[in-house]
Amino acid sequence: MRIRLRGARVIDPGSIDDYLDVVMEDGLISALLEPGTPPDESNPFDIDCSGMIVVPGLIDIHVHLREPGHEYKETIRTGLLAAARGGFTAVCAMPNTLPVNDGIEMTAFMVSRARELGGSRLYPVGAITRGLKGETLCEYAGMKRAGIVALSDDGRPVERAGVMRRAMEYARGIGLPVISHAEDISLAGDGSMNEGVVATRLGLKGIPNAAESTIVMRDIALAELTGASLHIAHVSCRESVDAIRRAKKRGVPVTAETAPHYFTLTHEDVARYDTHAKMNPPLRTEQDRMAIIDALGDGTLDIIATDHAPHSSLEKDVEFDRAAFGIVGLETSLGLSLQLVRDGVMDMAALIKAMSKNPAKLLGIDNDLKPGNPADLTVIDPEAFWTVDSKLFASKGRNTPFQGYNLKGEVFMTIVQGRIAHGIPDGQG
Amino acid sequence: MMRFEHKDILDIESLSPRDITMLLDTAEGMKEISERPVKKVPTLRGKTIVLFFQEPSTRTRVSFDIAGKRLSADTISISSGTSSIVKGETLIDTARNLEAMNPNIIVMRHPSSGAPELVARRVRASVVNAGDGLHAHPTQALLDMMTVREKKGRIQGLKIAIIGDIAHSRVARSNIQGFTKMGASVVVAAPPTMIPMGIEALGCRVAPDMDSCIEGADVIMMLRIQKERQENILFPSEREYSNLFGLTLERLKRANRDVTVMHPGPMNRGVEISEDVADGGHSVILDQVTNGVALRMAVFYLVSGGQKNAN
Repeated sequence: MRIRLRGARVIDPGSIDDYLDVVMEDGLISALLEPGTPPDESNPFDIDCSGMIVVPGLIDIHVHLREPGHEYKETIRTGLLAAARGGFTAVCAMPNTLPVNDGIEMTAFMVSRARELGGSRLYPVGAITRGLKGETLCEYAGMKRAGIVALSDDGRPVERAGVMRRAMEYARGIGLPVISHAEDISLAGDGSMNEGVVATRLGLKGIPNAAESTIVMRDIALAELTGASLHIAHVSCRESVDAIRRAKKRGVPVTAETAPHYFTLTHEDVARYDTHAKMNPPLRTEQDRMAIIDALGDGTLDIIATDHAPHSSLEKDVEFDRAAFGIVGLETSLGLSLQLVRDGVMDMAALIKAMSKNPAKLLGIDNDLKPGNPADLTVIDPEAFWTVDSKLFASKGRNTPFQGYNLKGEVFMTIVQGRIAHGIPDGQG
Repeated sequence: MMRFEHKDILDIESLSPRDITMLLDTAEGMKEISERPVKKVPTLRGKTIVLFFQEPSTRTRVSFDIAGKRLSADTISISSGTSSIVKGETLIDTARNLEAMNPNIIVMRHPSSGAPELVARRVRASVVNAGDGLHAHPTQALLDMMTVREKKGRIQGLKIAIIGDIAHSRVARSNIQGFTKMGASVVVAAPPTMIPMGIEALGCRVAPDMDSCIEGADVIMMLRIQKERQENILFPSEREYSNLFGLTLERLKRANRDVTVMHPGPMNRGVEISEDVADGGHSVILDQVTNGVALRMAVFYLVSGGQKNAN
């Protein structure tokens, strides 16, 4: 199959920002050409993309696909459909499934399941410790051969610093980055939202910023000690940002991500016990939100991920303190993130770095837009207005705080290995 | 005639000073019914009140129960042991089932903050919050305001001192909001482990210690120290807590001469309040209990569409 995208603005941060035709054949990018060649009427995949932006495929390095174990919340199939719909050509699936992805067989299962489906790519993240128990290491080398791209006990921290140290040392030898879910369990306690004025008013137990920042600081110290590649997941507060900024200045091998809800919402959005605004780490204050935005602007935070965490009404339509943590994010991430460009926080190239190039770099993937590379790319319609409607999600999860939001900028097409994973060209040529 | 505008009573935050005054005035009128030889009026005959208690409670449940019966309503108690919640039913399903039996009022106590609001959004019946998590206990605050108004003739301009575990107290939260709304100034004191972040946003001031908190106070409200909280490392020992924050006759001298001492109960005598203060002339602890019935009668009456000052 030959696809040609005609006349779009093609952006590959650092190398391309130009109006080009992108030609793909046999799953690979075959050429980037000056536009102007007449349309090929006989090929339905010769698509007019004027007004669109073509970028290297977006990669979400932090999602929960729930399969195996909680297929009623999400499956690999629905999760990858949601990814494609959100413009993501690849996602990294966290290992807190049931059973946990802490071994070669589970990794192999996930990889083969995704391969059968043939849509967006799935890169499993393996557990740091067996059963996410924080005690013994998993077989990183074997799991890497089976397909994992990073390690994390996400959902839980590795509580003991001594275990984290050994995991990071060992991971360095295998060549895998370690993703830290930074949370001091004893400080977070049984809190269900940000500790502060809103929690006090609502009578909800709080989770202080220090529950996150202390472990961020600990793991930075361990990265310095071990030389391992450390990535901090879902950064939500200003103290974490400060610690990461200082560490980067010292040359510590650390990268970090945040998620759209942390730069869009604050703890005020919990409003009257809205469980769709309950996630871990929690929504913080306006000051924290501004710190996250600044950190995206100056590159302290390298990556925008979603922490896509689908839950059913069984977990969400309940008392706030009993509700599960987490929201879905794959299908709203790009629309929310484009606001950063309009607000002047970052330019389009910087946003594409945060959503595509930097994740690729962390995972050791070459996703440059150049002939010979796999044809994984996202076509964005930057001017389209749309309204978030969770009923239309491909994800099984409806748990979004962004229901009814009016967003500007939509995914026009998602192309994975030269095949259209999302977006159907209608009558173009 | 003024009408009471609320379907539910979920917290003090959503009540206006006018609402609060209407509730207190109505409760004052209700008090006399409990002093009659035949303590019953037909006002709510044919109405059903469900007392849905998901947390252990005797005093509050009995107070609501008596209030309902004195107005001739049928009251039915469901507690955690007898409800389907223990069988795994969700709160919303339980609420829908209760609703299907057409109660007029659901009085609800629940360990989760916000739970009564969750139910109120889904049922036609009036929901009265009898205490939810750490969030609110509006009828307790209302009966406290009623008692203070009765003793002092006003609330406006008084200095109210609240001492104890503010962080884990729904009574404190509701009282801070209520007294502040009615024009009193509220000062709180406790070890910093018991002062929640941003409590000033509710309208109170935080005193550095017990003595400055009660200095010149017109009302002192002592909160129960929950011994089980010691597991959470909020204070080292009852002895030390009592030394720093216990109300004794000696300390009481710092307050106004006609200070009123309150406690929402149950008391730990000798810990947060000394024996002689609890039973002394300043204490209105039993008046609080008596007023609780009248206040809850007023709540039932007004949420059922009753008008002010009807007798």
